[in-house]
Parts: sequence; C-alpha cells; structure tokens
Amino acid sequence: MSKPTDLTIAEARDLLSRRALSARELTEAHLSAAERLSSLNAFITLTAERALRDAARSDERLARGEARPLEGIPLGIKDLFCTEGIRTTAASRILDGFTPPYESTVTRKLWEAGAVCLGKTNLDEFAMGSSNTTSAFGHVVNPWRRRGDNRDLVPGGSSGGSAAAVAARLCLGATATDTGGSIRQPAAFTGTVGIKPTYGRCSRWGIIAFASSLDQAGPIARTVRDAAILLRAMSGFDPKDSTSADVPVPDFEAAVGRGVQGLKIGVPKEYRLSGMSAAIISLWERGAAWLREAGAEIREISLPHTKYALPCYYIIAPAEASSNLARYDGVRFGLRVDPGGDLDDLYAATRAAGFGAEVRRRILIGTYVLSAGYYDAYYLKAQKVRALIARDFDRAWAEVDAILTPATPTSAFAIGEKQDDPVTMYLNDVFTVTANLAGLPGISVPAGLDEGGLPLGLQVIGRPFDEETVFAVAGAIERAAGFDALPAVRA
Amino acid sequence: MSLDPETVRRIADLARIAVTEDEVARLQGELNGILAWIEQLNEVATEGVEPQTGAVRMPLRLRDDVVTEGDQHDAILANAPDRADNALGSFFAVPKVVE
Amino acid sequence: MGYIIEGRTGPWEIVCGLEVHAQVISKSKLFSGAATSFGAAPNTQVSFVDAAFPGMLPVPNRECIAQAIRTGLGLKAQINLWSRFDRKNYFYADLPAGYQISQYQHPIVGRGEITVELADGTRRNIGITRLHLEQDAGKSLHDQHPTKSYIDLNRAGVALMEIVSEPDIRSPEEAGAYLTKLRQILRYLGTCDGNMEEGSLRADVNISVRRPGEGYRTRCEVKNVNSIRFVMQAVEAEARRQVEVWESGGEVVQETRLFDPARGVTRPMRTKEHAHDYRYFPDPDLLPLELDPEWVEELRRTLPELPDAKAERFQRDYQLSAYDARVLVAERATADYFEAVARGRDAKLAANWVMGELFAALNRTGRTIETSPVSADALGRLLDLIADETISGRIAKQVFEEMVETGADPAAIVDAKGLRQVKDTGAIEAAVAQVLAANAEKVAEYKAGKDKLFGFFVGQVMKAMGGKGNPALVNEVLKRALG
Repeated sequence: MSKPTDLTIAEARDLLSRRALSARELTEAHLSAAERLSSLNAFITLTAERALRDAARSDERLARGEARPLEGIPLGIKDLFCTEGIRTTAASRILDGFTPPYESTVTRKLWEAGAVCLGKTNLDEFAMGSSNTTSAFGHVVNPWRRRGDNRDLVPGGSSGGSAAAVAARLCLGATATDTGGSIRQPAAFTGTVGIKPTYGRCSRWGIIAFASSLDQAGPIARTVRDAAILLRAMSGFDPKDSTSADVPVPDFEAAVGRGVQGLKIGVPKEYRLSGMSAAIISLWERGAAWLREAGAEIREISLPHTKYALPCYYIIAPAEASSNLARYDGVRFGLRVDPGGDLDDLYAATRAAGFGAEVRRRILIGTYVLSAGYYDAYYLKAQKVRALIARDFDRAWAEVDAILTPATPTSAFAIGEKQDDPVTMYLNDVFTVTANLAGLPGISVPAGLDEGGLPLGLQVIGRPFDEETVFAVAGAIERAAGFDALPAVRA
Repeated sequence: MSLDPETVRRIADLARIAVTEDEVARLQGELNGILAWIEQLNEVATEGVEPQTGAVRMPLRLRDDVVTEGDQHDAILANAPDRADNALGSFFAVPKVVE
Repeated sequence: MGYIIEGRTGPWEIVCGLEVHAQVISKSKLFSGAATSFGAAPNTQVSFVDAAFPGMLPVPNRECIAQAIRTGLGLKAQINLWSRFDRKNYFYADLPAGYQISQYQHPIVGRGEITVELADGTRRNIGITRLHLEQDAGKSLHDQHPTKSYIDLNRAGVALMEIVSEPDIRSPEEAGAYLTKLRQILRYLGTCDGNMEEGSLRADVNISVRRPGEGYRTRCEVKNVNSIRFVMQAVEAEARRQVEVWESGGEVVQETRLFDPARGVTRPMRTKEHAHDYRYFPDPDLLPLELDPEWVEELRRTLPELPDAKAERFQRDYQLSAYDARVLVAERATADYFEAVARGRDAKLAANWVMGELFAALNRTGRTIETSPVSADALGRLLDLIADETISGRIAKQVFEEMVETGADPAAIVDAKGLRQVKDTGAIEAAVAQVLAANAEKVAEYKAGKDKLFGFFVGQVMKAMGGKGNPALVNEVLKRALG
C-alpha cells in the first residue's frame, strides 16, 4: 500500500470502506505532514484536535457500515470559508480575532458528507492576488522547484495555500474559490487539478466575498476524479444565496471516464498570445492532438472579445470589492484602530492598518470607477463588454461542446518576481478570467512540464451547468498526458 | 482620464482609508497605471449592448415572510471590539457620533 | 389663485414635494429572517445578514415585495415588472454593510397619483413620481455614555417604501392633506401602520418658493419630519424663510435642514466634511426582480376597497352626505364598524350614532375604534330596540352610556332598568290627565291659541312617565285630550 499521504481520495475512500486503513491513521499522517512541512506556510490554522475528533467519528461510522461519501477524508479549507468556532482570517489583519458563529454552506456540506477538517489554508488577502504573496500571514511556498534553481516559487493565487497543501500531500483535497482564476491558476502552478464550476453551482453563503458576481467555490485535488468527488459534495441549491441555482447535481465522478468520442472541442484563436512560451504552445497543441486521438473533433473558434476580459474584470471585481469590503470598519468584528478622533477617523485608521497594499489599491480603484462622473465610462462600459464576452461564448456553444485553452501564460515564477507593477501580476489571469465573467465552468488539468521541469496546466471550459462534459474532457487529457511528475517538496 | 493627488485623497476619503502624503504619490502612479491599462476597453464598440450585471441569467427568487432568526445578541456581539451593556441591553459602541 | 405668501416685494408661491419613508408591515426583514416588531431589547432582532457579517447574503422577502406592489396599485401607479436592487454606498455608524440596498435606477413602482380634498371642498391631484423598496438603518443612541454612541441594529434591514411625490404641492394645507391621505391609503392597504410617533412613517419635505408663473428656484430639503402638523409648519416656516432670503437680496442655497418644532423654524443640518458620492451600482448579490404579471393581477384583485371608492359607495348606498362619508372612511376600522352597524338598518341613524355617541364615548374613554367598549354588533342591537320602538332615542342614549361602562347587552339593560317604552294607552292617558290637571292655566293659554305650549305638555308627560312613554302615542293622546 502506498503512503497514506500519497493516496487519492478515490483510493482512500476504498481503503477506508474496506477498513484497510482507519480515518485516524489517515488524518494523523496528514497532520504530521502539515506540521513537518510548515515551512511551505500552506496553512494559516491547523485544527488538529478537531481533525482527530472528526476522524474518530468517521471511524465509528465506518465500523457501523454507515460511511458517507467523504467519510474520513482529510481536507484543507481555504481560509475564506467561514467555519463555526474556528478563526477565519481571509489572510487579512482586518479580521483580527474573528471567529464566525456560523458555518459556510459549502463546508457544512463537506462535514455532513463525512470529511475531516485539517485546518484553514493560506491565500492572498481577501483572495486578491495571483501569487499568494499578499497574505498577512506570509507568502506560501510552491512545493515545486525549477530545475537548477533553488529559489522559492509562488504557488499561484489566490488559493495558493490550498494548491500547495494538495500538491505537497498535506491533505487529500482542499476547497478553494475562484474570482478571476484563483482555483485554476494555482492548480496549474502546482500540478494539481482545480475546477471552478458554473456560477450558482456552489453556494456563496458563508464565503467571505471578494467580487460577488464572479466568486465561485470549487475544489483542488490531485486527480480529475478526486475533483469530481469533491465538487459533487460541495454543490447544490442553497435558498440562503439568491444567486444559487436550483438545478440537480449530477454524479460528476461518473462523467470522468465517459470519454470524448464525438465531442466537438473548440480551440480559440484569440488565446494564442504573442510572446507565449513555446512550451505552452506545444502543450496546447499536444492537448488538442490527444483529444483528437480520443475521438473528439477539434475546431478552431473565435472569441473576439477575449483581449478585453482582463481590463473588464479589473473594473468589475474592484468595484464590487470596494463595496463588499466596506463592512470591515472596526465596529462589529475584527480589528479596530482608534486614533482617538471621531468615528470616521476610526474607520480610516482601522482600514488603513487592516488592509494590505493590494487590497487597498483595489478598493481605491473600485471606489473611483463607481464614483460620480466615472460610472458610465468605467463600470457601465465594463458591464457591456462583459455582455459581449458572454455572447462570444454563447455563439461558440452553437459550434462546440467544450473549449480547450492553456490555463496560464507561464509556469510558476519566483517569489518577488512580477511585482514591479500591479498590471504585470494581473496578466496571470488572462486565460481564466473569461470563464468568471461569463459564469462558465472551467477546469485546470496538469498536462506536462516546461523546460524548467515545472508543471503546466490545460484549461477546459464548458457550457453553463455542463461540468460533466468538462470532467469528461479533463479525464481524457489526464489519461493521455499520464502526468506523474512529483513536486520537490512533499510528505 | 488621469488621477491627480487631490482625487486620490478624495477617493481614499470616500473609501475611509487613511493615506499619508507619501502614499498619495505612490498610489497616484499605480492607480494611473492600472487605469491607463483598463482604458483599452474604449476600443470596444458597445452601442446598443445591454449591460450584464451578473454571471447568471435567472430571475430573483423570493423567500417566505417567516421569522427564522433572533434572540442571538450574544452571538451578534461576540466579535465586537467594543461591546457595551447597560440597563437597556447590549450594544456595539463607537466614538460618539455628533448629529 | 391658490395659496400665496405676500412678501414685501410681491406675491410668492410655494413649490413642495414630499419623500415619505413608510415602514412595510411584514413579520421579517426585507433581506433577512429577523423580526421587525417595535420595542424589542436592543440587538435581539438582528441576523448576521443585518449585522453585515462576512459571507452573509441577502434573500428578498416575498411579502415585502407584495406590499410594495399593493401600495403601488393603491396609488394608481404603474407597476414595473422589471426592477432592480442597487447598493448605495456610504459609511455610517448604523449602516453595518457600508451600503444600503435600495432601488435607484429601476424602482418597483413608477408614476401614480393621490387625490386630496381641501377644507374648502376643492380637490387636487398630487403626482407620485415613484415608490421603491429599501432597507432601514439601525439606531444610534447618543445619550447613554459621555464619549460613545451605542448602536442598536434591530431596525437595520427592516423594509421601507420610499414614496416620492412630484413637486405638485402648493400650500402647507396641501402638504398636510397629501400626507394624511397617503397615510390613510397605506393603512387601508395594510402595508404600513402609519405610526409617526414610532417612526413607521417619516417625511422629508422639499420646498422652494417662486414668483407665480416662474420656473423652479433652488430648493431645500427638510429632513425627518415626524408628524403631519410639523410637516405643515415646516412648509410654512421654510417657505417664509426663503422668501425673506430672496427679498433681502440673498440666494437660497440647496441644503438639508431640520425642523425645530419648539421654535417653529428650520435650521441647517450640520454639514459633513466628507464629500457625498453614493456610488450606486446594481447589487451583485441579487438578480433583477422580475414580477409575474399574474401575481400582480392577483394582488390587484385582492386589494381592499380604498377610501375614495368607499366614500363614494357610502354616499350612493347609504345616502350619506359627502362630509359624513368622508368622516366615516377616514379609518378603515371605522368604516367597517359603521357598515356592520348600518347593514339592514337605518344607515343615516347608524352614521349619526357612530359619529355622535360612539366617537364621543371613544374620546372620553381614550379608546380607539379597535378597542371600543361597545361592539358594532351591540350598537346595532341598540338601534334595533329604537327601530322596534322598545325604547326611544332618548332612552337609547341612556342605555348606550350603560353599555360603555359595563359592556352589558342593550336589551338586558333595558329589562334590568325597566326602560321599555310604555305603549299602553291607559297609562299614557292617566299621565296626560295628571299633567293637564296640574297645569290648568297653561291649558287655558293653549286653548286660547298659544300652540307652542304643546311641546311643554309632551315634555311634562314624558317626565311623568320617566321618559318611557311612546312619543307617538303621547302626542296622539295629548292632542285628543287638549281637543
């Protein structure tokens, strides 16, 4: 039997149900791995006691033959999900000391499915970032190393802690959220699988909001099947979220092995950026070839407004964030800095001290684009462009069943790189942000290595609420790619 | 459109984020860089396009008029940086607001 | 010509519009499941949504939407089948999220109108610009601590309807009549209790003055006026202030003011140093509100009869005067009471009893029609005793007083006190004979032609009979006896 930390969720599920492995052993193995590799800084909070309690309960159920779908599976939870009685930080000082008196819908579903809570994973502050360097709890280190280069690399962001923890085998899977690429980009940077489902598939209730019209929860795992298992448990209608979709949740796992025979896969020509690395271009071509060999028809398609997705996103997301983050004012929870003046002074001092530089920058941009005289030029314009981007996809769905693109324009970069100006960092999300703007499901699957031996991901985008096709295509890529490279640092 | 220092100070005030004069200068550069990049949207022809506000196209769902929450002031106030209790009950406290 | 302020330099006309905030009657809040009742201990009716905790999301209350639609229908207004919730962003102590969810660009209700009737009997239509739904804020208490304000979020998130009138109001009286009528309609519809003391109904008054025939001049907003009388006083005071400013060569500056009822003047609100820029944008937590036309029709069908229609029907069906009808429909409960009494009876008599004896008794006892000591049913039975001549109208007043005090049944009172009318001719004849014998001189005067003494004899006979004589029979026997 392989080491407990090397198991996939599907394998662990099997061993647990056959009682060849106990939830306690599995949990302890991961807790000790997380402690041993704490230098990765993947977790903000480890909940060892809670995890062992959860595991004990799972072992009882397993003994009674009453296992639930995720019975005894140890998971990391992005510290953006409110967890009742467990400190929740959003990786921000502004939530200093905050312990939610409620449980997010997604995590509640996971616990009800029998999962074990290992702890809360690190992230970019309020999920704003693509490198996990904006966390008030320090940056996360990517367990991968570039060949011949000893520098620490970023794990991507904002779900960098979740991706690093899964890649380094500190947990079997993790929750994450994706507003512009925050699941798929770190998954691509760490050689893991991450899916952002259709907007409305997972409840946003209890997840600390960044940009409400774009935020979606999803899992990061080591295989497409594991991602499917987790997503099924996380999904479902929630009357407490007005944007939650009242649609049935299919058996995503069953779709993974479905194959791509007869599917039409689109390759959008606008995703071929000038200056894109040869490794990425050839991986993309290889991906298309694999799918063709597996029976799919590859078609070039056009998504003409792709180029405008990022600037569009960088109006909409900061605008919504500037309003969503107004509640962090030092009155009802979290940090308060009282300089001894009036209430407005308290607000301004609290928010200046509590928010990091990137969050402050986005709040200011968002405030500006919504302000009187600029609303039409920026926000309204961005909403119209958003409509055009969504229309591009609507037209594509008349021709193809799924779309294949690279997940990121580069592989993981070193900590401190790309920080000279904010826009360089923003370009990380160029391939992922369109799915958020259009509300579509998108998955990143590890499919190869670049020249430096770092993982690269391919992205599959699907029709709204057609995650099954996305999983089917991703499964085919995974089988063809046979990606078995391992990160330098792992349990 | 380009931000001057006065505008940076004004939006920081609107957003209730204290900024030092050094920060104003730095922010002015950064924000102008971002805005200049964003303004490529002006290349897109959007006449007659209906703005899209959200990622889903479905009507708003309504809930029944039922009281489901209440009598939880301790939980509501548990995280408060300054909680005040007196004969009337329990409150959040802030520096005095003059109206 | 309407209401005019005569200034030193000539006549001025008032231009006024009202923005009324009406608290929606619903069990739970607009976007959360916390209760809305008045007077609960601080922060006990607060959900995590109302307190804007991280990750909390709004879900709209169907009943609040229905109440807004009913109100729109009651104001004869256009119902917008597509509307939207926006965020109005600003920082304030009692605004937990840092934004208020409101409807800015696309309100649920569009143009409508209210007909008001003035003291001189003229009618005027005041246009309604719009009605939209929004959240109320919490409450700050400034008198609990020397250096701190205390925040109570019980009201945070309660549904409000903001009802905006056109600048059609031209006098303090019209402002009062508009607000009175609006309050009446809301109460009829059951969409707002109209309680201005508890703050369920608040008015912001926009006022400017101009020379007759001129375009609009700069207006000022007088915020949060909390009684109809104060609204009328505020219009008057603010208009006169503006006239004074213009006439002394000054400029009225657009500003927000407060009305000081003790001194009868308006004064500027302390201006905040911060710029106001609400940065409205569509709330991304909520989707557009699309109404099913069938639902709107169903709400229209089940709308109660409104005061104007009811008053017309009362005039038509009960032959009441316009004045009586208007008095009786002022409150829905009064109108219902009246109808319960009038049904199958002499409606004019019923109206007189309700507006006379009943109103007097309510006034005296400090009760309302809802808590009346005499039920409509009991009053009806009392009127039945008059109609079937068991008692006279005069005795009925005596019985009514007893009913007010004891709540007893009218027939029981009549029996217990022996108030039944005497219709026995023999007894009446005896009383008449006795009275005529005791007043021989007056009988002689009467017979000499002093006809009006007849009333005196009737009074004496009734007195002798303890008021219980059947008036018609007493008349008849007297006439005969006096030959």
